[in-house]
Amino acid sequence: MDVLIKNLGLLINATLIATPPLLLAALGSCFSERSGVVNIGIEGMMTIGAFTGAVMGLVLGNGWAAFFCAGLAGAAFGVIHAVACISFHADQTIAGTAINFFGPGLAVFLCKAMFDNSSDTPAMDPSCKLPKLFEGVFPVGSFWNNVLNVYSAAYLVFILAFVCWFVFYKTKFGAHLRAVGEHPEACESLGIDVYKVRYICVILSGFLAGLGGAFVTLATINQFRPSVIVGQGFIAIAAVIFGKFSPGGAMKACLLFGLCNGIKTLAAQSNTVSPNLISMIPYIVTILALVLFVGKAHTPAANGKIFVKSK
Amino acid sequence: MKKKILAVLLTVAMTAAMAACGSKEAEAPVEAPSEEAGGDAEAPAKDASDFKVGLITDVGGINDGSFNQSGWEGLQRAIDELGIEANYLESKADADYAPNIENFIDEDYDLIICVGYMLADATRTAAEANPDVKFAIIDDATIELDNVSCLMFKQEQASYLVGYVAGLMTEKDNIGFVLGMANENMHLFGYGYCAGALDANPDIKIQQINADSFSKPDIGKTSANTEITNGADIIFHAAGGTGLGVIEACREAEGVYAIGVDSDQAATIPAPETIITSAMKRVDNAVFDTVEALINGTLESGVHTYDLAAGGVDIAPTRDLLPDEVIAAVEEVKEKIVSGEVTVPSSQEEFEAAYGDVYELD
Repeated sequence: MDVLIKNLGLLINATLIATPPLLLAALGSCFSERSGVVNIGIEGMMTIGAFTGAVMGLVLGNGWAAFFCAGLAGAAFGVIHAVACISFHADQTIAGTAINFFGPGLAVFLCKAMFDNSSDTPAMDPSCKLPKLFEGVFPVGSFWNNVLNVYSAAYLVFILAFVCWFVFYKTKFGAHLRAVGEHPEACESLGIDVYKVRYICVILSGFLAGLGGAFVTLATINQFRPSVIVGQGFIAIAAVIFGKFSPGGAMKACLLFGLCNGIKTLAAQSNTVSPNLISMIPYIVTILALVLFVGKAHTPAANGKIFVKSK
Repeated sequence: MKKKILAVLLTVAMTAAMAACGSKEAEAPVEAPSEEAGGDAEAPAKDASDFKVGLITDVGGINDGSFNQSGWEGLQRAIDELGIEANYLESKADADYAPNIENFIDEDYDLIICVGYMLADATRTAAEANPDVKFAIIDDATIELDNVSCLMFKQEQASYLVGYVAGLMTEKDNIGFVLGMANENMHLFGYGYCAGALDANPDIKIQQINADSFSKPDIGKTSANTEITNGADIIFHAAGGTGLGVIEACREAEGVYAIGVDSDQAATIPAPETIITSAMKRVDNAVFDTVEALINGTLESGVHTYDLAAGGVDIAPTRDLLPDEVIAAVEEVKEKIVSGEVTVPSSQEEFEAAYGDVYELD
């Protein structure tokens, strides 16, 4: 029984480390995709967020302020994507790809310019990071310490997922954003400003992706390096599709991916299972879940299609 | 129209790039014989400041607080003390190794130092194509070419020392190890660590997890949390960037110590209460020696092994958290290893013969 509880605590702990960055990015992706703008630039936005978070943590010495700045940096990339795709009718996939090159490139360039030609930022003092919830309350290694003594932002992310769900399905703006992604022409004829709704959604998606990247540098570890964001953005997009383009579904998918990280580590103890088999776990679980539990995802009808405002 | 202009420009760029590659390959064989014959005669005539040395990191980056950083520190010392010209290039992905090497070759560097066994294939290819350029590679002994020096380290000896420290310092008789990747070279860290810990404390339990990555701090953190939950109070990592997560997990858990790897990580990571010591590979010393040999014209190809006696590996100088009696005990063991009284196992067979099948990750 003790072993069971201990391992359960470890699984929850691992999930709370791996899920938040994915979930933040996935929520961002939900906003963009549901409003009809494909945003595969999430990865690039996360990287710039991770970098900004680490730098602002060093500069400001306050984790929350740095976290917010990282969101703004992501939002700035959201503006670029929005201007290209909405105002200038660029191909959304290509614009997103450009952001995926631009984000990490700019982060490394700035890092080298600021920190003596190094592509990693110096490690920051623990006091500059996001705060933990129950520091030193529970004994180290206990179940409650593993479950509750995590970065407060990790729990905040789940509250944020609920807020997103509320915005999507219980507010007028949510109804507009979903409608705009399905049939923009009809929305326009009803007097909804399609461009405005899409601008807000794409910028929000950048903001949330930036936060996701910053979670890695301000909570999981304490510095930026180019290898901290490798593929999380794409996994987040997969989670959104997996979760049928809804905040709730995306959250479940991200939790599943995060849980797999914990299972991997538990399975890796004592090397009884081959590491190659272990690294397959997330993918096998995903395929099984897709085949067994998730039906066909409904892509927003106008997603990726260029909409030109009538004069 | 714009598209056409772009297409033309791209074509020109590609042609230029390909032409550049082609001419380089054509040049190399012509130059090679003269270098072979005149290498020794030329060397003394060349002033130290004429030598250009390039360093190429693996994916860890120059600030990895590990062997890339240590290697660059050695080169910086060579710039200051020997007056050479030196530069480095960072590799962001495995695909960058060959282009980075090519870059230095194009700029006529005399010696190219490749950090890490992950660069072995790229180094071999480049060394075969450019016999007039000298290469040195860290942690790889498989390249047998006249212009390649392989710098190997007895990392099991440094790991033995930190394992010995862990064995003496643990209060719960329970310690942890996080490995970055399962291969022969990396297992040496595990053999040394387990051997040292068992020699210091025969009742010790050693938890071992293979994180199977050098660049996933979240996995490192989860691995360390798992070991801490299972009672470990000291964790040693040999996992590069993944290890940052390990150290962070130890820092967050009060009363748990971490042991760093490759460089003196207590000096580079702000975790003053956490990192008790590090298993150091003095890549800086090896790099400096290699550059010095290059200038003196005594650089030899083949495998150069840096061990404890030669100052190639060591336990970190930062020992603020260690009691005096532990430091004394470690110094004593160090002397015994140097004198040959204690032999550290350097292969699976040697380890299992002496300690049994305790190391689980091989």
